[in-house]
This record gives sequence, C-alpha cells and structure tokens, in this order.
Amino acid sequence: MEIVYVYQKSRREFGRPTTQFIDRPAELLDEFAPDPSIKDTQYELRNPTHLDVQAIPEMSEHDVNTESFSYASVGMLHAEGGWPKDIDWAEKDQTARFRKKVEKDEEYIREVKALADVVEHHIKQNNAIDIYEEYFTGEHADHSSEAPSAKTLSVFKDPNPVKRTVSSLSFHPDGGRKIAVAFSLLQFQDERADSASNQSYIWAVDNPNQPELEINPQSKLVCLEYNSKDAFLLAGGCYNGLISYWDTRRGSEPVESSLIEKSHRDPVYSIVWLQGKTAYECASTSTDGQVLWWDIRKLGEPTESLELISGDVTMGGVSLEYSAAGGPTKFMVGTEQGTILMCNRKGKSAQDKIGTVYSGHHGPTYALQRNPFFPKYFLSIGDWRHMLWSEELRTPIMTSAYHSAYLLSACWSPTRPAVFFSSKMDGTLDIWDLFYKVNEPTLTLQVDDDGLQAVRVQEGGVILATGSVDGSVYLMELCNSLAVQQPQEKQSMQQMLDREFKKEKNLEARAKELAKKAAKESEAQRDPTALQPTDEALKAVEQEFYDTIAEYEQKELEANRKD
Amino acid sequence: MADVEETLKRISSHKGVIGALIVNAQGIPIRSTLSDEDTFAHAALITQLVAKARRMVVDLDKDDELTFLRIRSNKHEILVAPDKEYLLICVQSAQTQMDA
Repeated sequence: MEIVYVYQKSRREFGRPTTQFIDRPAELLDEFAPDPSIKDTQYELRNPTHLDVQAIPEMSEHDVNTESFSYASVGMLHAEGGWPKDIDWAEKDQTARFRKKVEKDEEYIREVKALADVVEHHIKQNNAIDIYEEYFTGEHADHSSEAPSAKTLSVFKDPNPVKRTVSSLSFHPDGGRKIAVAFSLLQFQDERADSASNQSYIWAVDNPNQPELEINPQSKLVCLEYNSKDAFLLAGGCYNGLISYWDTRRGSEPVESSLIEKSHRDPVYSIVWLQGKTAYECASTSTDGQVLWWDIRKLGEPTESLELISGDVTMGGVSLEYSAAGGPTKFMVGTEQGTILMCNRKGKSAQDKIGTVYSGHHGPTYALQRNPFFPKYFLSIGDWRHMLWSEELRTPIMTSAYHSAYLLSACWSPTRPAVFFSSKMDGTLDIWDLFYKVNEPTLTLQVDDDGLQAVRVQEGGVILATGSVDGSVYLMELCNSLAVQQPQEKQSMQQMLDREFKKEKNLEARAKELAKKAAKESEAQRDPTALQPTDEALKAVEQEFYDTIAEYEQKELEANRKD
Repeated sequence: MADVEETLKRISSHKGVIGALIVNAQGIPIRSTLSDEDTFAHAALITQLVAKARRMVVDLDKDDELTFLRIRSNKHEILVAPDKEYLLICVQSAQTQMDA
C-alpha cells in the first residue's frame, strides 16, 4: 500500500496575498517565577574562569631538515686481467706458457689478421685526413652581447662542528684543480676559540664531499698560499704569528715552522711567495707592524725584517702585494690605518725602504692588488669603497661611491684587464666590469647570508671561489662574457686609466698651485704692515707721478714747437 | 704465428703509431709492443671500456654490434678493434697527423 498525499491548488490561487493572518494582542500562556528556595540547594557558584578567545586562525611553524649524506666514490681497478685460476699472473714462465698456448690457437691468428685490417684502415685514414682539423682558427667569438651571469658549482663546508671563518683561499697554480682553504677565528678572543679545530684543508675542486688533505698547523691559519713554482709547497701564517710550510707529498704536518720568539707577535694576515732566483723565499706581514722575509729552507729566523713606521706611527699590515711585474724588489703593504705603503726591499735604511704613502681609506686596507695587465695601476679596498691608484700619484685616480656594506676582499680577473671582483660584509659578491660601466657593478650576487671574507679567481678566469664568515667556500663559474677578453678592451682600459691619471695629475698640480697661492695670501695677511705704504714710499710715488707728467708736458711742448 | 708477428710489425710501421697490443677477452695482454707498465694499464682499462661500450650498443639496438672504437685525446688516438675473443689496440699520436 502506498501512502500518498495529494496537495492541490489551482494555478490562480498562486501568489495571492493571504487573508488568514490577523493582528491580535499578546497573550500570556504560562509563567515560571524564580524560586529562591532551589537556588541554595541545586545551584553551586563556579570559580571564576579565564577563557581565551582567538579570533584569527591559529598557525604554527614546523621545520623539517632531511639528514644530509655525504657521498664518496669508490672504485676498484684490476690491472692484471682475468687469468685462469691455476695461473699465477706474477709468475713469468706461467704467463708466458699461457700466452704461447693462445698464440698457437687458429682462431687467434684468424681474428688478429681480420682486426689488423680494420685498424690499419683507420690508421691510414687518420694519416690521410685530419677529421679533427680546426677550421677558421684565429676567429674569436664575441661574448659582449651575453648578459653577465654566474652559477654556483659546489660548496665546500668546514667539516668541523664549530664553523670557522674562511680567512684565505689559494688555487693550485697548475690548472687550479685544487683549492687550499685556511680556516680561522678572526674575532678577538672568540669564545669558541678553545673548542674549534686548528685544521685547514685542501679540496679537489670536483669533490666537495671529502677534503683531499688536512693541514695541521700549530694554531689556526689566517693565510695559506700555494707556491707558484713548486706546486707541492704551501706557506701559511698562523693566528699566533708563526710561519709554517707544508709539502703535500709529506702529508698533513708542517715540514718546518718558525720559532715563536723570532716570528710575528700578531696574527699573520698575509703571506706571499717571492719571484726570485729560488722558489723558496716568501714575505709575510702582520698587525704587529712588521714585514718579515723568510727562506723556508731555514725558518729559524727571518732573513730580513722591516718595521712599518711612517712619520712616528707604526702601521699594522693587513695585506701584502707583490708581483714580479711591478718590480722584483718592490712590494706594497695595506695597513690597518687605511694607508698603503709602497716599499722597496733594496732600500739602505728603514726610511729608504718605505717610499710613497698613499692614504685614502677610512678603515683597514683588506685587499691590494696590481692590475695584471697594467702593473703601474693597482686596486685597493677598505671601508665601504674600492679605489684605483696609479703608483705615481698619492691620490686615487678612481674612487667608488660608498657601498651599503663593508668590503672585505677583492681581486682582479687574470684574463680581463677591466674586470675585478669584490666581496662584502652582507654576503654579496660584486663583479665590476670597468669596460662596461664604472659607477656600479655589472653583476651582484647574493652568495651567502654571512659576510664573504675572501675571494680568489682561478688563473683561467672562469672559476671563482669565495669564502664566507661561517665557513663555506662557494665555487662559482662565470659566463664567457666575464672571462674572455673582449676586442679593444685592453686598449680602452689603458686609455681610461691614462686619462684618469692625467686628470688626477692636473688636479693635483692645480691644487698645489692653489695651495701655494693661499699660503702666500695667508702670509701676507699675517703681516699687515707689509702692504701698508710708508710715508716715504708715498712721497716717492707722488714725486714719480709728477715727474712723468712734467716729462710728458715737456715732450708735448717740444713737438708743438717743431710744428 | 709468424703472420701475427708480421701484422703487428706492419701496423707499427705506419706513421705516428706508438704501439699496438693484442688483448684477450679476459683482459690478458697476449702480445704487445708497449712497455710492460703501459701494456697492463691499457689492457686493464680498455677491456672494461670495450665491455661497457659493447653492452651499450646492444642495449640501444639489439640487432646492432660494436665494430670499432676510436678514443681521441689531446695527445693520442687510441684505436680499438674488438672481436669476440680478442681486442687489437693501437695507440697513434695525434700530433704527427697531417704534419708532414
């Protein structure tokens, strides 16, 4: 049985106003009055309660960091070949017997003959046509239209739990396949100093997982430098002032170290190998105000020393520049006081050795380098600016604007005369291409969140390494337009440097002239009587004036008479 | 046997040829005109490479077969002729080519 209810309404009734509702007064149906008697028995007072009500959606943050795995490649090489198990491959007569047996094999003779024909064909082919011949030699691709770019290839991290600052980087001089990284804590009396390791490392650039060699200095290394002539040797300067050298063939321990009483008294901030008759000489500088020369074959005491005194102030050296192109005995020291000292090792006295003093920076001159193409000109960084100098002028020929962050390191590109790199405290790396523009960097890269303490370029000019304060070394690859010299670049860079040099020289001459004039004026003002005419002088001038007039009148009279 | 000797001699007599060696499928050098050290190194490394290359060619196309291998480097060209049982390896200098 189906329950059906049919509701029927005619179409015309739809939507009609209803007539069934009417107004009527309010009517009380029932009433419950409060009953005080129940209040005490059935109700209980509740303790005051705090209730928080949050109107916005609640959120929380979670971090998940997957465990990082380091990989190592392991290989195995069987050089001896798969000999049958009853033959000892090291036994000459057994192997010879085996070979003889093979050589008698018919199959062997047939196969070798067939193979020989094929190989011979290819040898002849190789000798007939050089299929690898390079056409159009001498043509150069123009990379100038490419947008400048750089990419990070790999990151080398300080393997120790306490992450130390990358204080210096040095590429292996033979192709740059290895990089030596010095780790130290540069903060004075850093609280982590005791717990941190002293080790520095050498990495192969293609294996960031595992350092190739650990270097164990007596104290943390502040600088570490490959010897360009003998690539097995490295010289390093320690935080406690010692100089040590390593031979990578002899392992992690220093071959020899200097004696503490004959060394620097402050951290060794910079060390350079000298280009002399031998490959064993180096020079170092430190904030104790000394430059010391060493022969690593006898590190007992320095071969020479120089106190960095200018005027009566002792300067602390923080950077050292030496290049054979600039002169074999010349070197420059960047000081904590912001000045740059041009020194000559061959000077007779200490005064003689320190030549020109270039001042310009407000803070320590952390980096100093001659342009590899124009050794007369050099780059320095300090405070928030970089400056370009000429050896012959005491004022910089080009000065940058103040950057937002402090500059920590800089170096020139070895392949392009107009390109240099500078690293800053805010973790950015600036790439400057002076050929393109001088007022701002061509490319700025945010490499790390921490400051970048060191920057170095491989000799090919393509691979760049920069090390941060928190112990990471970034290996970066630059695009071709930043690494390959552009046509006309060298000439135009030369022109620009010469032009700026002339301009600055003229300005200096003008400034000198003005200074001379001002000095004269001020001298005159200081002695007011010098300009105050005396009575006799006045009379003499007056007399002279009347004499001239009288003479003139006389002449006029004579002329009139003649007419 | 004399034939083999003669073929090797013939190959070695070509311009720019530094040496030739015959290696069996197990990587054992049978005959060689190179020094012992070089022979071992070439035999060990090239046998492995050939095995890999042979496999690769077949994997790409199962009806195909590796017939020859040229390895070009800055200094040399290594010519490798593989067969079922033996390899003939010839090292040719890359520089002397076309110099004459």
